[in-house]
Amino acid sequence: MRLAAEALSGERGGEVIFSGTSFAVACGEALLVTGPNGAGKTTLLRILAGLLRPAAGRLALDGGGEEWPDVGPACHYLGHFNAMKTALTVEENLVFWQRFLGQARMTVSEALEAVGLEDIEHLPFGYLSTGQRRRAAIARLLISYRPVWLLDEPTAGLDRASEGRFGQLMRGHLREGGMIVAATHLPLGLEGAGELRMGEEAT
Amino acid sequence: MFALYLREVRLGVRAGGGALTGVLFFLAVVAVIPFGVGPDLDLLARIGPAVLWIGALLASLLGLERLFQADREDGSLDMLLIADGRHMLALSVFVKCLAHWTANVLPLVAVAPLLGLFMNVPPVGLAAATLTLLIGTPAITFIGAVGAALVVALPRGGLLVSVLILPLSIPVLIFGVAASRGAVAEPDPFLPPFLILTALTLFFAVIGPAAAALALRNAD
Repeated sequence: MRLAAEALSGERGGEVIFSGTSFAVACGEALLVTGPNGAGKTTLLRILAGLLRPAAGRLALDGGGEEWPDVGPACHYLGHFNAMKTALTVEENLVFWQRFLGQARMTVSEALEAVGLEDIEHLPFGYLSTGQRRRAAIARLLISYRPVWLLDEPTAGLDRASEGRFGQLMRGHLREGGMIVAATHLPLGLEGAGELRMGEEAT
Repeated sequence: MFALYLREVRLGVRAGGGALTGVLFFLAVVAVIPFGVGPDLDLLARIGPAVLWIGALLASLLGLERLFQADREDGSLDMLLIADGRHMLALSVFVKCLAHWTANVLPLVAVAPLLGLFMNVPPVGLAAATLTLLIGTPAITFIGAVGAALVVALPRGGLLVSVLILPLSIPVLIFGVAASRGAVAEPDPFLPPFLILTALTLFFAVIGPAAAALALRNAD
């Protein structure tokens, strides 16, 4: 499987933010999207997820077969928001996402253990700290299988230990043949990851 | 899909008690009418079903603008949009509407007979008004979903939703009231307006979620 973008350009509010961005990610590879604020990292990820239309260019997921015809259905998108309901408990949130997203992989308790939240699964999501909320959102990546992970500032709010644990999870995903496209300012601990610098060729 | 329904109902019941707000508003609207109109029992009985319908219509508009806004604010809406390939977005919207109706509007239908007593509506009229509300209010929710989807990106869209969807819900109101009056007032028929009301609900159950899905996909 191969995720390829050709001469992609994105716009927000009628203004072109980036243009002519091309890259390719194969199975087991990661791509770090870096660049200053406003360079269009989030816009790029949202275009990849199918939430925004590209202003120009082409985007394709080759070799996904019938199961993964397009990037959208084949991806986990971890955006700025955690997509969890504050009134429900951590466990209820994750059980819902597992049943809704399908393709179950880990059980909810396994996933919570993997992110170190096994003791607080019964708490309402609203009671959690910022870092704990982020870890619960990361657990969503684990409970159902998607070959492509689109991560937008995934480690925002995480402490050092959780960052390390998340690095392991990402490496595990790559070993299994997954792909990761991550927008970040911080090193994620992924050796050999490609880097896409945004916001430089535009100036 | 059933998981989505369960989650939405659970949220509706647990977070903030939107159902109680609606019921209290409904009670307030219906309870002040006899004071305004005066103690003419025949008149109250005659306008009773209409008052019940108007009260339920206005009460069911409360909270509609939050239908998608809450999901947008916490990022769940992005997930629903991305999951479009697996669960058709219009179907997700349909399920959300059903859940919203169960948690917020069904209680209004349940208290309608009780409030009808305020208006001196005879038992047959109470039964007819409740039945027409049960059949007709889903249509308002489906219409409301379109309005809620259109204003999802606006921070204060509440009033705009009401203004957008009230004209569309007028036919529902007309046939709902006509059917409930037909059950009591002798020459008027009950079945024809009731069947049209049912048709309206079925019609909007198809059009509403599809239109709302289209609006959500183009929200930003």
